Amino acid sequence: MTVATTATLPPALSSRLSTFFYLRPRLLLALFLLPPLLWLGIVYLGSLFALLAQSFFQLDDFTGQVVYKPTIANYVRLMGAVNLSIIGRTVAMAAIVTLISGLVAFPIAYYMARYATGKMKALFYVAVMLPLWSNYLVRVYSWRLILAKEGVIHWAFNKVGLSGVLDWVLSLPVVEGSSLSTSYIGTCTTFVYIWLPYMILPLQAALERVPRSFIEASSDLGARPGQTFRKVIFPLAVPGVAAGSIFTFSLTLGDYIIPQLIGSSRPFIGQAVYQFQGTAGDIPMAAAFAMAPIVIMAVYLSIAKRFGAFDAL
Amino acid sequence: MRSSAALAADRATPKAGLGLTAGAWFAVLFLNLPILFIILYGFTTDEQSYTFPPPDLTTRWFGVTFGRADFWHALGLSVSVALFAMISALILGTLAAAAMYRFRFFGKEVVTLLILLPIALPGIVTGISLRAAFDLANIPFSYWTIVAGHATFCIVVVYNNAIARLRRSSPALIEASMDLGANSLQTFRHVILPNLATALLAGGMLAFALSFDEIIVTTFTAGQQETLPIWMFKELIRPHQRPVTNVAAIIVMAITFVPILLAYYLTRDTQDVAGSGK
Repeated sequence: MTVATTATLPPALSSRLSTFFYLRPRLLLALFLLPPLLWLGIVYLGSLFALLAQSFFQLDDFTGQVVYKPTIANYVRLMGAVNLSIIGRTVAMAAIVTLISGLVAFPIAYYMARYATGKMKALFYVAVMLPLWSNYLVRVYSWRLILAKEGVIHWAFNKVGLSGVLDWVLSLPVVEGSSLSTSYIGTCTTFVYIWLPYMILPLQAALERVPRSFIEASSDLGARPGQTFRKVIFPLAVPGVAAGSIFTFSLTLGDYIIPQLIGSSRPFIGQAVYQFQGTAGDIPMAAAFAMAPIVIMAVYLSIAKRFGAFDAL
Repeated sequence: MRSSAALAADRATPKAGLGLTAGAWFAVLFLNLPILFIILYGFTTDEQSYTFPPPDLTTRWFGVTFGRADFWHALGLSVSVALFAMISALILGTLAAAAMYRFRFFGKEVVTLLILLPIALPGIVTGISLRAAFDLANIPFSYWTIVAGHATFCIVVVYNNAIARLRRSSPALIEASMDLGANSLQTFRHVILPNLATALLAGGMLAFALSFDEIIVTTFTAGQQETLPIWMFKELIRPHQRPVTNVAAIIVMAITFVPILLAYYLTRDTQDVAGSGK
């Protein structure tokens, strides 16, 4: 058999190599898999183990030096009321942000997947991607400006004479803040804004994979549009929602910039880790605190996996 | 294989309901109106706080920003870190995707999880882990500690793009190539690689963008080095010349607008076929 040789390698060597690897698939697998596995294994897993190890050391308050002797003192401190309330607050925020992101993302994802074509589709795509690609910090900061007392929302409420309503909302328990930019509403809005594209994209991809014939079959069999949505489209979109929710939940859990710039001064997990590491120089305590989001995400991922999230990432 | 006429009829899209259209446009406006504010405040004359409406408009912040050496230095560092992170991620991500697509092996699920973990766990975990490891191993912070952190979470982006394309491409193409007498290296070069190229380009650009904009991991892995986001954070906290950060953001947006459109057109063909299941 003759081989049309347009490859750069001389034919003999090229086919010898090809045969060599064909006969030794395990070797080829090792060649493919080893570099990424070594990198992730050493740099990433290694670091996670270093984190775990550090969390069992302790900072000596007098000398400011880390004492490398195993102790669970950091975890005892982590279980204190203040730290637990930080964790609780962060998880609640992450859950609410995820829920709202899902609700806001669904219409646009569905519209993009089913109805937008050609130029319109490109426009929607750019509208979702542009925020994702523009600077994260400046977007957060622009929300601080929008939500501030002298910002556009308070200004608009004033113009139409509804500032009483806004003040009433801001005086509600839990929300409580002197302006939107110092209340939980502001923090939550900004989180939803920043992570929304991460929900839209996997959701849109999942919806796009729903075969049109399924929907036609459903309506041929007499289902009303609402029923088709509930019984056919939504169940098939669940992996996409689950995949998107991993991002919105996880990113909210670890962010320390947004709650620092927008919201009440009550801290979130990210801020606690950042402050222990930076201001206090207490890496062991920061490490122990970082175990909280890891454990929470482990539980979350195992749930999301059941909904098929990993196939829709 | 269906005829193109049948496909065209299939694509004749029905009209969306009013509620759905309104919901979709709400999200578009919600996502993009704040960007208009970023642009607006790049032109304000008010340099200490941002009042609405701005007292007056000016273009002088563009001159101020262009004249700041620290801005160019931070921009240069960010571009170079992002390039290195992107290249590492392209190599490692593509290899991983090839292995996961081509082979079935013991522990495959664990490997998938390991690849996904850096984006499934919050950035602060990656950041503090690397920080803890550098501390234990006595590695001083440098340019390379930043790159190592960025490359780690960029691998998965390339991997996702590459494996999605591999799963969508028809195995018949590869079989045909082999049947026609090409060996596996030739098949890779002439069939698989051209098929994969646009997905890799899109994945690479996304990796670049992620690295370029990253601040949380960077804070924990950079010593005195100032990437663009870190420079901006410092500028935002300073009480003077605040619009400079807005101008920097506008410049970055103007530069990234083209690659977004490009990435869309590169991956579009495989995405917009409804029902093209994996």
